[in-house]
Formats: sequence, C-alpha cells, structure tokens
Amino acid sequence: MLTVKDCRQALILGLWFMFLTFPILVIKVNPVEKTVVWRWPNMLWVGGVSACVYLLSRVFLARRAARQERIRLGLEKESKGLNLAVFRQPKVCLPLLGGVALFFLAFPALFSTYQLNIMITALMYVVLGLGLNIVVGVAGLLDLGYVAFYAVGAYSYALLHLHFGIGFWTALPIGGLLGALFGLLLGFPVLRLRGDYLAIVTLGFGEIIRLVLENWGEFSQGPSGISNIARPGFFGLEMSLDGSITYLYYLMIGMVLFTIFVVNRLQDSRIGRAWYALREDDIACQAMGVDKTRTKLAAFALGAAWAGMAGVFFAAKTTYVNPASFTFLESAIILCIVVLGGMGSIVGVIVGTLVLILLPEYLRALADYRMLAFGAVLVVMMVFRPQGIVSTVRRTYTLHR
Amino acid sequence: MHPLLTVSALTMDFGGIRALDHLDLRIHPGEIAALIGPNGAGKTTFFNCLTGIYAPTSGDLLLTPPDQPPRRLNGLKPNRITEQGLARTFQNIRLFHNMTVLENVMIGRHCRTRAKILGAIFRTPATIREEKAIVGMSLALLERIGLADQANEFAKNLPYGAQRRLEIARALATEPLLLLLDEPAAGMNPQETLELDELITSMKNDGLAILLIEHDMKLVMSLSDHIFVMDYGRKIAEGTPEQVRHNPAVIKAYLGEETDHA
Amino acid sequence: MDYFIELVFSGLTRGSIYALIALGYTMVYGIIGLINFAHGEIYMIGAFTALIASTVLNILGLPLYAVLILTALAAAVWAAAYGYTVERLAYRPLRNAPRLSPLISAIGMSIFLQNYVMLAQTSDFQPFPALIPEFAFLEPFAAVVGSTDLTILAVSALLLLLLTLLIKYTRTGKAMRATAQDQKMALLLGVNVDRVISITFVVGSALAAVGGLLIASHIGQINFSIGFIAGIKAFTAAVLGGIGSIPGAVLGSFVLGLTEAFATGYVSSDYEDVFAFSLLVLILIFRPAGLLGKAAVEKV
Repeated sequence: MLTVKDCRQALILGLWFMFLTFPILVIKVNPVEKTVVWRWPNMLWVGGVSACVYLLSRVFLARRAARQERIRLGLEKESKGLNLAVFRQPKVCLPLLGGVALFFLAFPALFSTYQLNIMITALMYVVLGLGLNIVVGVAGLLDLGYVAFYAVGAYSYALLHLHFGIGFWTALPIGGLLGALFGLLLGFPVLRLRGDYLAIVTLGFGEIIRLVLENWGEFSQGPSGISNIARPGFFGLEMSLDGSITYLYYLMIGMVLFTIFVVNRLQDSRIGRAWYALREDDIACQAMGVDKTRTKLAAFALGAAWAGMAGVFFAAKTTYVNPASFTFLESAIILCIVVLGGMGSIVGVIVGTLVLILLPEYLRALADYRMLAFGAVLVVMMVFRPQGIVSTVRRTYTLHR
Repeated sequence: MHPLLTVSALTMDFGGIRALDHLDLRIHPGEIAALIGPNGAGKTTFFNCLTGIYAPTSGDLLLTPPDQPPRRLNGLKPNRITEQGLARTFQNIRLFHNMTVLENVMIGRHCRTRAKILGAIFRTPATIREEKAIVGMSLALLERIGLADQANEFAKNLPYGAQRRLEIARALATEPLLLLLDEPAAGMNPQETLELDELITSMKNDGLAILLIEHDMKLVMSLSDHIFVMDYGRKIAEGTPEQVRHNPAVIKAYLGEETDHA
Repeated sequence: MDYFIELVFSGLTRGSIYALIALGYTMVYGIIGLINFAHGEIYMIGAFTALIASTVLNILGLPLYAVLILTALAAAVWAAAYGYTVERLAYRPLRNAPRLSPLISAIGMSIFLQNYVMLAQTSDFQPFPALIPEFAFLEPFAAVVGSTDLTILAVSALLLLLLTLLIKYTRTGKAMRATAQDQKMALLLGVNVDRVISITFVVGSALAAVGGLLIASHIGQINFSIGFIAGIKAFTAAVLGGIGSIPGAVLGSFVLGLTEAFATGYVSSDYEDVFAFSLLVLILIFRPAGLLGKAAVEKV
C-alpha cells in the first residue's frame, strides 16, 4: 500500500519537522545565567513521530479514497457519521437508556465526593456545550465569546447573593434572563456581520467583559473575586457539605435533562429548521421568507440564556467566582466540545464532553497536554472530519398519502 | 386589469457602473413573462433588486395584489418581500444541501406560519396542528413535482434536474403571487426541460404569474405571453414572442454580441 | 511638551510594531479571505527563536552587531517556516471548505502553538536581553526617544519599503495581486496559486518575527502568551485600516498606536486592552470596511 515515494516523503517530512522544532524544542536557554541545555532526544522523537504520522495518514487517506470510489460506483452506501440507527431500535435503546439512568442515579452512592465534583463539572460542560451548540452547531454562528454570558450568570448570582442575600433558586432564572439580555444587546448590532467578523467581535466582547470584571473593583471586587457564595438550598434544610454536593449533582442532572429536552424539541420545530437553513445558506433562507436577524438573535439569546444559567450553577458549585475563570480559553474548550462531538448533535456534545473533560481528569499523565490536545483536536477535526464524531441526523417524516 | 407588478425607472449602480438603467416593466396577473438578453445584460441584477438582495439606487417597485392597494417593495428586506408575495429560484442552485428534501420545502412555509420558541418547547396544540399542516402541504408540493418518494433524502443527493424542481417547490411553498425563475432550464437535459415546461404550464393554469430569465429560446417562445429584452441594463424591446422575434433591435443585440443563443 | 513628544514617539513605536504584525493578517486575508488566528503565535515564536538564538550567540562570544543580525535572521527564517507549515497543515486542506472551517482550524492552531511553546520552554516570563545598542548621538534627547524606539521605527520603515517594492515590481508581487483579485482566474492564467499563498505566509510570518524581536528587546521580557493580545491588536489595526489593504494596515497601525499611547498617557492604563477590544468591536459594527477598504458586494 505504501510506495517508495511515500517513504521518501515521510523522510523529508521528518527532517523538516526536526528543523522546524529545533530551536523551541531542542534548545532551552537561561538568559540570566547564560546557560544552554541541549535536548537532542526531542529532535529524534519529533522526526520519528512526524514520519510515522505521515505514513499512517497516507494509509488512512488511501483507504478513504478507495471507499469513496466504491460509494461513487454504488458498491457501498455512504455512512452518515457514527451509525446510530442501532440505538434507535427500542430493544437496544430502552435497556441502554435504563442502564445509563441507573448509573447516573447511583453515582453519588458509588463514588467519592472527589469523583462527584468531577462529574458535576463534566455535566456543567454538557450544558454549556449544548447551549453553544444551538448557536454554533445549529445556527452556524461562530461565537468565540460564549464565556462572557457564563460570566454574566456567575457574577449575577455572586453579586445578588453578596448584596441582597438572594438564593440560588431566585438567581437561576435571573442569571438566565440576564444572559439572554446580554445576548440580545450584543447580538442586535453584530449579527448582521459576516461569519468571521462575528467570531472576532464576540471574542472581543468576551475579553471586554473579563477585563471589566478584573478592573472595575468597586463593582466586582476585581481579580480577587467574590467568595462565600451559598450552595443551592432545599426548602431551608440544613445540609452537610457532602450532602449539598450530592444535591447539586442531582440538580445538575436535572438541568442536563431539561436542556436536552428543550434542544431536542427546538431542533425539529419551525424555528429550528430556520436555524439549520440559515447555517446552510443565509441568502436563500432569507429569500424564502425567514427573518435573518430575528432568527439569529433568537439562537444567540437562547444560547446566552443557557450560559447564564450554567454560570449560576458554576458559582453555586465553587462558591467562589473570579475573572480568571472566564478567559478566552474557556470559550475555546466549549467550542472544542461542540466541534469534536459533532456540530448540531446532542449525543455528540455529550460524547465530546466525556472525551475532552473526563479523559484528562482520569489520565493525569495527559493533563499537562490537555490544551495542546484541544488545539490539535480543532485542526484535525476540521481537516479530516468536519461533521464531528456524531453527525447530525435530520428528522424523517412518515409519508401518508 | 391592474398590473400585478409595476417596475418604473429602476436604476442600480455599482460604484461607477450602471447595471440597470431606468428599467420599466409590467407583469399582469396570471401571465408568464420572460426576461431575455445577452449575458451581463443585468437580468439577475434585476431579480436581486426585485427580491431585496440589492437595494436599488432609484426607481420604484410596486406590487398590487388582487383587490388590494399597491405596495412599494423597494427598501424592504428579502424576507419581507417574500411575505408580500414574491418568491424566487436561483441561477446557481441554492438549496439547503444538508437538510432533507421535505425540510427544504417546509422552510418555504416559515413566513406563513407562527410557532414561537415557547410553543415549540411546550408543544402546544396550536403548534402541533401547525406542524401537521406544514408537513401536509409540503408533501403535496413534492407530489406535484414528483419528488415525494425522495422526501427524506438529503437535498444534495438529488439529481440536477430534481434539484431545480425542488427549488421551485420551495418557492411555491411561500404561496407567492409572482414566481421568479432564474434560468430554470440551465444545464437540464431535453427530458428534464420537457418536465419543467409541463410544470410551468400547470402553475400558470393555477393562475400564478411567472417571470422567468431563460436562455433556452425554444422554451421561452413556447411558454411566454410577454417577453422583455434587456441589453446593457436597459430594456430594448418588449412584446409577444412573435413581435420580439422580428424586432431588429433584438436581432442586433443578439447577433451583434454573441450568436450561440438562438 | 516633552511628555507630548515622548507619547508621540511611543505611539509611533507601537504603531510600527503593530504594522509589522498587521501586514501578515491583511496579506493573508487579502489573498485567501481567512483571519489567520495563529498569526499572533507566529510572532510569539519569532520572539522566542530570537531569545534562544541571541543567548546562544552571546555565549559564543560574537560581537553585538553580528548577534543582532544573526538573531533577526534566525527569527525570520524559523517564523517563516512555522507560517509555511501552518498553512500547509491547517489551511490548505480546507481551501474549499465552508468559510468557518479554516477559522476554527486557525483557532486550534493558535491554541496548539501557544501550549507547544509553553511545554517546550516555560510558562514563566523570560527576560529578553537588550540587543539594540545605545546610540551616542541620541543622548541629548534621551528624555523623549530611546535608541530602541528609533531602531524600531527605522527597521519597520525599511521593511515596509521592501514589501512595497516586492508587491509592486516583482513577478511574485504581480502574482500575489492577481491571486488576491481572483484566485480562479489567476490559476487559469498559469499563476501557481498554492505557491503564491505559501509565499504570502512566509513573508507575513518573517515580518511578524522581526516585530517580535523588536518589541521583545523593547519590553525586555516574553512568555508564551504574548501572541494573543498582540495578535488581536494588530488585527484591530488591520481592520481599522481596511482589511486586505496594505497601506490600510499601516495607517490603521499608526492610528491605533498613537491613540493607545495618548489614552494610556493622559487617561489611564488600567483599561488599555479594553480600549483596543472596544475599538475592534466598534469598527466591525459600524465600519467593517475600515478606513481604506471597500464594502464588498456578495455575488448571488
């Protein structure tokens, strides 16, 4: 399968990467003491790994090309992402769902508080991912400042609690509404911009919110943040720390289910169809009578509302907020979840979260390389599998004549 | 009878270039009109002005629905114009490729339906009823263009001619008073062109007014009630197919610039 | 008055650095319509390569001028190599993909390169040696302008001149302009579009690396994250001038540099970055075509 030419290419590539990474990866200097450490083994690693990756990708691409040829000739059917049809049959689907439900219900009883905290974080990312999925995956609006609305939610609970002693349950809808309000305020002027400009403007907006929180000390207590935020209460019942974490876990489960329910219903509704159509071709969509601005604004505000609510949960979980939690990288992580899982797909977002949030938590050795991997994931997915692990399935309708 | 669409002195400038120059035309209810002219004459620009994708530099666009006062269309956003009763297809097909055939048509119902976000989340009886009506009407349209069996296929998987017909069905779903077809027969084989001819005739029999841009002269001459000829952004002739065929200005425009359109 | 002149020089210095980075954004955008999000990281890698090269060369005991020139060369060569590689790996396969795909890929590249440098080098700030010698003739004016400022201005002016000559008078420049006008047509007329795009990345990256070297020796320290904010500011400058236009990028850079210098000099430096971001948001909302750009009409 591999030709001599491929091997020669691999060699050239290996040498190129050895050259490319030579200063950064091999030499480490201490400019103060004027000492240099030479790390030659790194160079060999880079050369070897890049040559191997190249050869593997050749094999992979050759097989894919052969498959596409067979599809073209009608010998094979095109697969639509991961084949989920099996899971939709009641015989497979119901026990599977039951098992998953049982696992998540029993989770606090089976695992330590430490594990529970990790799971709560993961569930939080599921909610954030599903929220951003409405904006990026479904409506096709690349929002790089999603974390701003998350911050709005978190700070609205923190500040309301600090100044007025308002509890979690009142803050949750307020956080959602404020998120949506900020979404509308930002969305109204910027949503008529072209896609890439929109991305940059939202990025700028996200950074502005963070910098304002950092610098406007009288309002937000600056970089030191706000602490002693109350955990969610249960009709005034006193709870132990472990108890309240377990309680928060179940609330998070409820929030995830609620989010899935809402997103699922919206996807195949009149407005959901308009979102997909806008993503596909906004000029044609407008020419078919869809109000572009209003439809985009709805997606943007809805996504922002979810980020706002997730923010309230975040503040309640950590009992502490500061601006450092809301950097651009956080937005990038959420985007990565959506891109990896599959834009527009609910299952995809859940799978994406499991891979990107839980995996590094449990494989501690990988934790340092987490962000490196996130960056690589974005590039690799765009180049090799832009539809994500789980691609969107459009609803089919039964035809009765 | 009042004209359905009245275009008066429509002018469109791009920087220093005048793409449309004081264009006047009228289209009457239930008639098939054709807009012809050499490449670059400004036909598609005219469609884009008419449907709100470009804002015309000056001039007037008036739509007069039956038994209603006339309404100005210029300055409206494309979706508002579609709501008023103009629907179009595109010269280079612009379907929603990764949505199903049926969903493509269902999008056309968007501006005639109401369901909001809350309605969709709570699935109110009104929303359910509306959805049923949307699916029903969209399926009926697919039957009409002969694509009902492919309703759940992705639009991108349809053959070329079927994609062109699907664009027409999608436009019909908006319940237009006037249908604008931008080179509907381009790239079609003779069999597909024949089917298109039948579809257009049947739409005319339903009383729909149609304005088409087309290079296939046989199709234009056989279908049209009225033909407008454009060159360099100006209308150089109009009339019945017979009148246009013998108009010296038309012959000059075509033979003088390019000969392969006859 | 001295303070005012000092601020003017500080603004011009900032502006010329922004210009060196902004040119990369604007050239790439002009040719393939992509916001090269990883460009700020190329600049950062240029600065790191300069740090490494200068330290090694210093230890070897070369004279200061030789160190300076060789360091600049190394920074430019390696940054260009990174720019070239990033384009080949992350953008070229997406030439015909939906518009947002290469942008997402670029964001991924940016995150990847940042963390790559952090892991391979360090996450702490590294002191950057003063590479630019003090000029004796500037001593009487030391209060308003330093040698570094003057060097930055002179080097930037020289590079801008060279770039203008390249684009105006060489075959490559002509091919670049043709590709920017109409990629398909250029291809049909025998322009090697892939090569032109690669050259654009190489030239833009080398300019950014020189910018990285200059600013690092001006500020005196670098770390892996300097590319993000510098990239955003240079991008702001490019958009301000009209993205895709080379004179626009230069004009935008000086406007941004001067306004920043005066805003921080007379008002407050707390909100320095907020100011740049707000400017970016406002321009994109109210005049996305920038000062010198033309509004594009989308073909239907």
